[in-house]
Amino acid sequence: MPVLESDESKIMLIAEATRHSLARCAIPALLAFCMASIGSAAQDGQGQNVPLISGGVGFVTSTNGGNTTYIPVISPVLAAPIGSHVLVESRAIILDPFSPKGGGKTGYNGNLFLGLTYLQADLLASRHVTVVAGEFLTPFATYNERLSPIWIGNFQDAPLTFGVGTMETASSVGGMLRGSAFATDHVSADYAVYFSAASTNQQFTAERASGGRGSLYFPTAHLEVGASYGRQLQNVHENFEGFHVWWEPPSTALRLRSEYARGAHADGYWVEADYRLSRFNGGESFVGRFEPVFRMQQTFRSQPDSNDGLPSANTQQADFGLDYRLPHEVRINTSYSREFSSTGNRNIWQTGIVYRFLFPTWRGK
Amino acid sequence: MKSTLILLTCLAGLVAILPLCAQQVEHKTNSQAPPAQVKQASSPTDTGQGERAFKQNCARCHDAPQGFSPRISGAVIRHMRVRASLSEQDERAILHFLNP
Repeated sequence: MPVLESDESKIMLIAEATRHSLARCAIPALLAFCMASIGSAAQDGQGQNVPLISGGVGFVTSTNGGNTTYIPVISPVLAAPIGSHVLVESRAIILDPFSPKGGGKTGYNGNLFLGLTYLQADLLASRHVTVVAGEFLTPFATYNERLSPIWIGNFQDAPLTFGVGTMETASSVGGMLRGSAFATDHVSADYAVYFSAASTNQQFTAERASGGRGSLYFPTAHLEVGASYGRQLQNVHENFEGFHVWWEPPSTALRLRSEYARGAHADGYWVEADYRLSRFNGGESFVGRFEPVFRMQQTFRSQPDSNDGLPSANTQQADFGLDYRLPHEVRINTSYSREFSSTGNRNIWQTGIVYRFLFPTWRGK
Repeated sequence: MKSTLILLTCLAGLVAILPLCAQQVEHKTNSQAPPAQVKQASSPTDTGQGERAFKQNCARCHDAPQGFSPRISGAVIRHMRVRASLSEQDERAILHFLNP
């Protein structure tokens, strides 16, 4: 795996987390489930289960402490239903970050990275249970599963606490049970429990671990609260706990998201707020396409740990962002962050443009 | 005098048109248009339920795609069922909303 020089970009964090190269194992597997899905779609004849290709392609710049990195990136998603109860899906990331050589030298240093983020088979076993097998995103807190795609997250970089509970790789290799426990008009509950085997395979790296997440959603209040737990079961056994609260105040365009995560050697939180100006003149107007975003983060270090991904010293960071949604699924993200730490303060400037695509894998009748 | 009359007429027309435009904008803002192509009319109750389910489960993380082929609506909803742990009821409602 290429060594990535800067650590601020979400894309690079996720790339580092996945740590898998698309190689001999993954490509045949993808081809196999594509072929299986082709047969399945042809059999059901309903035309609604054609496999899809989705994802995002973008270009990001990040200036961290005066060092600029340019990151062209593409993150495709393939989802192929097989029959009426199975879905095989995968997400990959391909990026080529490059930065000026500096020191009076001309040219750029670059590292091409190809990686699988997940490759999983989902069996819809019952109304309340879905069985997942393969390599999947570790279900800890909310960021990893929900906000890590480059076409979804409001900021280019991941929260500082991203590494807590996701066991360094952010992906697990093994099995997971998940689903909706119950749902009424007033409250719904969902859950995810998993077990991951230790894997040093270059394509599917994971740590032996187990854990899960549960959350309650109150539709009337637009409020979600949840808790996560993870236990690393190799080397030094450690516990990780997480809590999250998401709230969209009714009748407003404000959206609040927050997470708290605690590991054996550090803990931290982030709180993010965004406001959609689409309430003014509609979402298609010039003003309505803007979305100001703010995120506050804080981490606390109790013991040194070079592997948990958190800063080595207590850190506070304020992120100010402004996103602009262009027509045709294109979004521009800009942000300025100020990080305060005993190891040094720094500014982080980021801009990016991302195009989100979604289309069938083949034309139907 | 004539130009003043024309100006007043234009202003009156503008005043009459603006509320209509505002209503249209409000309608666009408030209603979440189904992304997939609409094949047939569906009952407002079904659409409203699907829209509500979409907002509660999907739109909390991301915007609705601006449009996609109805042929992949099954794959989209199955992906979302796993990712968002949709209940069976919400899954059906969203599928109907995406592909009425």
